[in-house]
Amino acid sequence: MRRGRTLRNLLGLEDISADDIRRLLLSAAGFKEILSRPVRKVPTLRGRAMVTLFYEASTRTRTSFEMAAKILSAEAINVAVAQSSVTKGESLQDTVRTLQALQMDCLVIRHHCSGAAEYAAKKLDVPVINAGDGRHEHPTQGLLDLFSVCDHFDRLDTFDLRGLTLAIIGDIAHSRVARSDAWGFSKLGAKVQFAGPKTLMPGDCRSLPVTVCDDLKSGLEGAEVINVLRLQTERQERGLLPSLREYSRLWGVSGHSLQWAKPGALVMHPGPMNRGVEISADVADGCHSIIFDQVTHGVAVRMAVLYQLMGVEKE
Amino acid sequence: MKLLLAGGRVIDPSQNIDRIADLLIEDGKIAAIVSPGSGSAEAERRDVSGLVVTPGLIDIHVHLREPGFEYKEDIESGTRAAAGGGFTGVCCMPNTNPPIADAPVVSQIIELAERYGYARVHPIGAIQRPERGGSANDRAESGLTEMADLKAAGIVAVSDDAFPIQNAEAMRRGMEYAHQCGLTVLTHKEEKSLTAGGSMNEGATATRLGLPGMPAIAEDIAAARNIELARLTGCRLHLLHISTAGTVELLRRAKKECLPITGETCPHYWALTDAACAGYNTNAKMNPPLRTPEDVEAIKAGLADGTIDVIATDHAPHADYEKDQEFDRAPFGIIGLETCFALAYTYLVQPGILTLNEMVARMSLSPAKIVGLPGGTLKPGAIADVTILDLDRRWTVRVGQVQSKSRNTPFEGMELQGKVLFTVLGGRIVDIGPDHCSETADLSGGLAV
Repeated sequence: MRRGRTLRNLLGLEDISADDIRRLLLSAAGFKEILSRPVRKVPTLRGRAMVTLFYEASTRTRTSFEMAAKILSAEAINVAVAQSSVTKGESLQDTVRTLQALQMDCLVIRHHCSGAAEYAAKKLDVPVINAGDGRHEHPTQGLLDLFSVCDHFDRLDTFDLRGLTLAIIGDIAHSRVARSDAWGFSKLGAKVQFAGPKTLMPGDCRSLPVTVCDDLKSGLEGAEVINVLRLQTERQERGLLPSLREYSRLWGVSGHSLQWAKPGALVMHPGPMNRGVEISADVADGCHSIIFDQVTHGVAVRMAVLYQLMGVEKE
Repeated sequence: MKLLLAGGRVIDPSQNIDRIADLLIEDGKIAAIVSPGSGSAEAERRDVSGLVVTPGLIDIHVHLREPGFEYKEDIESGTRAAAGGGFTGVCCMPNTNPPIADAPVVSQIIELAERYGYARVHPIGAIQRPERGGSANDRAESGLTEMADLKAAGIVAVSDDAFPIQNAEAMRRGMEYAHQCGLTVLTHKEEKSLTAGGSMNEGATATRLGLPGMPAIAEDIAAARNIELARLTGCRLHLLHISTAGTVELLRRAKKECLPITGETCPHYWALTDAACAGYNTNAKMNPPLRTPEDVEAIKAGLADGTIDVIATDHAPHADYEKDQEFDRAPFGIIGLETCFALAYTYLVQPGILTLNEMVARMSLSPAKIVGLPGGTLKPGAIADVTILDLDRRWTVRVGQVQSKSRNTPFEGMELQGKVLFTVLGGRIVDIGPDHCSETADLSGGLAV
């Protein structure tokens, strides 16, 4: 009965199969075509309502979900946490159950606590999409990174990334993107390596399918794809870094450091960028940067996710 | 008034006794351990053949939550839970509201416990007073409590549990003062600058879950500091809830140097690892956090070689709605009184890490000695606090059946070996009602399980 639609929620790429990932990416390839049409609207999810509940600031992720929903003709309702009952101390449980009682069909949640999306999913009957939970996962970002790489390497048919190496550079400890990418890329066969300052590395990475490198040079070695993580400038204030200057010198991805990667290596960034800190402007805008393609692909991928989770089943 | 516990296997580490015997109790005191059948004829006779008779178990680390947090637990429910877990005596930690920092609070707790009569309660005082005008839970390294006054009112030790003293000078003065008052310091030993923001053990599981970690070194550094302060001050120091291999080794070394230091661990530190936090299970969230398999092995080795003197529970009840939250936001702690003996028997005695005698010593005689309590022994003349255990009984932990007000346990659904049947408090059989599988319930078919 649920053939082809086995996913109930999208909480992370760790707990879904490679087949689920391929199915979502294949579906996104179809939706990407719709994005290039002059009239970008299909009736697929007409009468369905998606609610976005964001406890943290976001421009691209929330807008991207909203666009994806609207192109599919779903209602997109944004709950602004700052103006909601959350400020009166309402618990996450009560907030999400209230939204469910308002007859939403899908909840997209971003929260500063790791595990918050999984927690919400346990309390709800409707599907939950994790739009970033603490340092845990950001699965739609992982999917759009996968999609962008498959698109570039012309693997939108097989979604097979064997033989490919992805380097993830920077603040791994606080990054949910790093974790989702690590699971997603390794599930499709790629090798994943982390590199960043020790003060921004998790205590123990043995539970992730990655190799950890000690400096930028070894981190970039052999990489066909580089994901440059955003450096939150408040890390410096917390005593994790001496200065942005030194970070940039040791870990910044620039035209100079790119020579350590495979020639022609792709550069990604989940945004928003600190130009001149973790990434130099020439690399961000260079011919191997797919940073803005990622944003476009984000809409296609989120359409695929919404379609999978919210689509009305045909008996 | 005489009571004869007849035909049981009597275990008393204080006299190296482990034999089938009758235990005769008279006027609230142990009268004699005699050969089976030779007991006094006029005594009320209770057949305990096939069962184990031990000194009443003592838990020196519980949170009874009263006064202030009665929605989590109160003295009545907490002592019922104690009796259900075979404990005849518990020491309650001072992080109540108001905290145990003034004599009237001490008297109130003791009076309430005596009124209910399920178990003896021995309050532990705070080392520092809450700050004047601040909230009860705000101990900004403020000033010493009136320890002599508190001791006169009935405290048996002082502790910084839940509010580990960060300032070394403050800890030094606390230990000096406690030492002069003849009180043992029970220390929580946590270097908070290393655990700030953390919610589980730092390690591979925390990395996978994306949860900020609390490294083992935070416990070890604070333990090492407090051990050195004990060396300096001569104060008797007891390390609460040891969870790391590092602290086991620190304690082992301190003992070799004959420092006046003891230590305890809790069942969750040998029965579980930090992998139990998977799925953001807030019932696996406690402080110190569950650690790695290597730490678990070190804890067991420390129990086996006698480095760790005491098994305690750190019984920490929280309401359902408090635990049912995002992992980061849920409070630390689990209930433990009613599962402690079975977890010790199943995980330590059955695999041969401890003998039954050693386990009983770590749950009665040792804690009694450390804080100077009556009990912990079946010597004639001692108070008649006794626990009756059925080692053959397998049972499944069900939160619906606990005596505690709270249900925050990671052991729900776990099958364990060994069950507490009932306790005797001052010569009187403690009745906690038909809900509990007491000896009455056994006769109605419970033994068929």
